[in-house]
Parts: sequence; structure tokens; C-alpha cells
Amino acid sequence: MQGLVNRAVERFVRDTYGRTTWLEIMRGLDLGFSEFEAMLNYDPDITPRLLMAVAVALDRPETDILEDIGTYLVSHPNAAAVRRLLRFGGDTFEEVLHSLEDLPGRAALAVPDLSLPPMDVSEQAGGLFCLRIGTRDRPGQGYGHLAVGLFRALADDYGALVMLDHKGAEAGTEHVQIEFLSADHAEGRRFSLGAAG
Amino acid sequence: MSARGGVGLPDQAALDVLCPMHARMDRQGRIVHAGPMLAKLDKGCGLAGRRFLEVFEVRRPRIHDRVEALIGRGPARLRLRLRQPPGTGLKGVLVPVQGGAVVNLSFGIALQEAVRDFALTAGDFASTDLAIEMLYLIEAKSAAMEASRKLNLRLQGARIAAEEKAFTDTLTGLGNRRALEPVLTRLIDTESDFALLNLDLDFFKAVNDTLGHAAGDHVLRLAARIMQDETRESDRVLRLGGDEFVVILQGPGVGARVDDIATRLIARLRAPMIWEGRTCSISASIGVSLSRDYLVQEAGAMIAAMMEDADRALYAAKALGRGRHVINDPAGGVGPMAG
Repeated sequence: MQGLVNRAVERFVRDTYGRTTWLEIMRGLDLGFSEFEAMLNYDPDITPRLLMAVAVALDRPETDILEDIGTYLVSHPNAAAVRRLLRFGGDTFEEVLHSLEDLPGRAALAVPDLSLPPMDVSEQAGGLFCLRIGTRDRPGQGYGHLAVGLFRALADDYGALVMLDHKGAEAGTEHVQIEFLSADHAEGRRFSLGAAG
Repeated sequence: MSARGGVGLPDQAALDVLCPMHARMDRQGRIVHAGPMLAKLDKGCGLAGRRFLEVFEVRRPRIHDRVEALIGRGPARLRLRLRQPPGTGLKGVLVPVQGGAVVNLSFGIALQEAVRDFALTAGDFASTDLAIEMLYLIEAKSAAMEASRKLNLRLQGARIAAEEKAFTDTLTGLGNRRALEPVLTRLIDTESDFALLNLDLDFFKAVNDTLGHAAGDHVLRLAARIMQDETRESDRVLRLGGDEFVVILQGPGVGARVDDIATRLIARLRAPMIWEGRTCSISASIGVSLSRDYLVQEAGAMIAAMMEDADRALYAAKALGRGRHVINDPAGGVGPMAG
């Protein structure tokens, strides 16, 4: 379900930089349409082209854009459903970290065609987590950078204090280091299981 | 296990963790202890000390409010309802134990409402409970379903627009040849009385040849408007192509309207039309067939027969010197009428 991914990029650009910027990007790509449908499949090659075009249009590195998209998905009201689904991962940020391996499975439950790269998480020393995204056969495709933005925003959401660092990629696997400093650094945002509309 | 099916219990603290939504009652059916989650169902009154049947209505099995009927039996599956608002439905299982019984409850299908009504959090549920996964699934599927529903609406809108475009003559905004068959089929299938008017503009080619296509287009648009003005909303005007039009009159007494309408159409189309200061003079010939002259038959065959007869009537009208209308005579041959 590449549509969902492309649509997320679109919502991010439109909600952050405006419709005009988005339409310019789409004109440049010359795909024959100006909006993505979340529930349609698109050629997988479109996504990297789209990201590159967004980076060029905004004159920022692609890795920064991916990170911002991750933050957007958790913190923007237009993506509230994503935040809620992530919060189902656990009552605390630490629980969410431990449940990361379930994330591709959870995503597939919701949208069977959405295939996220495999990910696993290991706790190294006290409070130091290492997140590995992608394998040689199914590379991370930049999801590691997206994860940095996403978990930074999610930590805020829980009121936890963490340090996140993308450590680069090796043979298709992206490494993200998460240093967990405090669980109750600040007041998190409220979340109730039954609040969905 | 004791004689009457009673089993020994794990200690209370363990039971509160394993089954946070359990209640324990004595032989008289009085609640001795409520698990931490069950306690949340009772907003503030406290469950301990109250009669189980005063808090919950047991809907199945039928026990007629006699708690002994429950406790006296072996393990039993229960369907219950909270007596106080919001009347939440519950599933449960009762196991007789020494000194009374233990009932463990769950929300079943009412889970989503219950979580909202009682402000439950993930920590309230036993960690083996699949409730959180179920809530997650409900939300994820609803979000996906909503996205699909919106996509369907947009596709539906696009389909209708494309269909309308496919059935519309872009120059005049009238229906086109593709619209003819569906319109006639519907009328035939509903056994409606209608008249099929085959209308050709006379001298149109001359306008096109001498004043150019722009003048021709102007004349076609004006002619289309005249036909729409002179017919009712329930009637249909189609442009089949070039200077060929079809007017479908329907409704009761259509046979009586035909002469009048055909005469008025021709009179108005004959009036000179002005294009960029120059006069375009056209006229019209009309051949008519009436549905009442045909035996009820399969729509395709009837359309073919009516079109053929209306065509023949049209040629008869032209042969009579144009600017006339002729109604097909079912008795054989074509009866000429004054135009």
C-alpha cells in the first residue's frame, strides 16, 4: 500500500508548506495527477522520486525531510489517527520501545498491503536502546530517519526525555540509538483508549 | 475440590491481578470482594456488601432472581447487564467455591463503549487480556475503512462525471447518441406512452458552407435551446450528430401533443437566426413514431422498429417539401400531415 506512504508525504508537505508548494512538486514529477489516494497502490519507484523532489523543492537534505515527516505523524492534528495507533503500543514510552518489533505486524493488521521493513530493538546498557530497521533483502529505505522524528515526538507525547541518533546504515540495516533518560521528564499529552470519535 | 464443586482459591491479591474484573460472593449472593477493574464499574458506591443481583441483572441462564439457582449448580456461563446506567452488557463465568462463588466478567462486544463509559486504561486490563489488541484493531480498521469509503465516494463521483460526459453532446449540452438507447429502454421497460420525434434541420449545410462552422455551431446551439424551450422537463432532447436531433415526448396524452409541438418547433426553427449581423435561415423536418402503435416487446427490437418508422416518416416529410412533420401510420404506409 504505497498510497498510504505517499499520502503521508503529501499531507506533511501540504500542512507544513502549503498547497502551492505541493502542486509545484507534483507538476515537476509529471505523474498525471496532483494528489495521492491513501488506499491505492502506486509504483514503488514513485516514493523515492517524490522524496527527492520534496527535498529539492524545500532545499533541505532528504534525511531531514524524513525526520520531519516522522514528527508530523505524531504531532499534527491531521495525523491524529497515527498517534493514537502508536499509543496503543503501551502505557509508557519504554513499553512502546519494547513493543517496536510488533509494529510491522500491527501495521499489517490494519492495512495488509502496507509492508514496513522488519525492525528489532535491543536494550544494551541501562536505558540505551538500539533500533535496527531493515535487512539486506528488505532495506530500511530511510525509515530509520523517519523513526528518529517519530520517536522524538512520541517521547514528548509521553512526557519522556530521550536522545535519538541515526547511526547510519550497513548492508540495508539502519541503526538508530535511543538513549532513555527519564520517563517522567514533563507532563505528557493525555491519551484515553476510548476517545476515538 | 470439595463436595459441591467448590474449588480452593488463589489468594485475593493474586486473583485481583489475574482477573481484575472478578467478584466474589458469599452463599447468600452478597458481594464480598470486587476486583479493581470491576470496582470501576460502580461509580463510587462501592460494590462490597451489596447483593450481586441488585447490581447485575442475569439475563441468561434464566434464574428468576434466585441466586441459589446459580451458586447451587456447577460452573456456568452468564450473560448479564449492569442495572444502573449505561446498562452495559457483560459476559461472565461463575464458579462455585467454598463459601460461595467467584464470577469473572468481561465486556465482550461492548468493549469499546465500556472503555469510554468507565474511562478504562490499558493498566486496568489483565496483561493477558486481548482487549487492547481488539481496541487497536477496531481503530485501525475504522481508519482504513474510512479512507476506503472516501476513496469510493471520489471514484463514484468521477464515474458519474465521466458517464455524464460520455452521454453528453459537448456543443449543445444535450444528451448524445449514446443516451438514446438507455432513455428509450427505460420508457419501454416501464411501459410508458411516448412519442419519438426524429428531427433534421433543413438547409443547415448551406449555413455551414456559406457562413462557416462557427455560424453552424451557433445555429445548432440555438436550435437545441428552442427544442428545450418547447418541450417539458420530463421530455428529452438529444443530438445524435450533425443536424440530427431526437425529441422524446412522454406522459399521458402524448399522442395529442405531438401535432402541436411539432408545428411549434418547426415554426420557431424557421424564424431567422442572427449570427454576427448575418441572417441564417433554416427549417426542420420531423418524422414521428408513437409507442402506442407497437405491441409490447423486448426493448431493443421495439427501439429498432420505432427508429426505422420515424426515419421513414422523416423522409416522407422531406419528400413533401421540408418544413413539415409526418406521423408514422401503423396501418401501413406513411400518412402525410400538414406541417
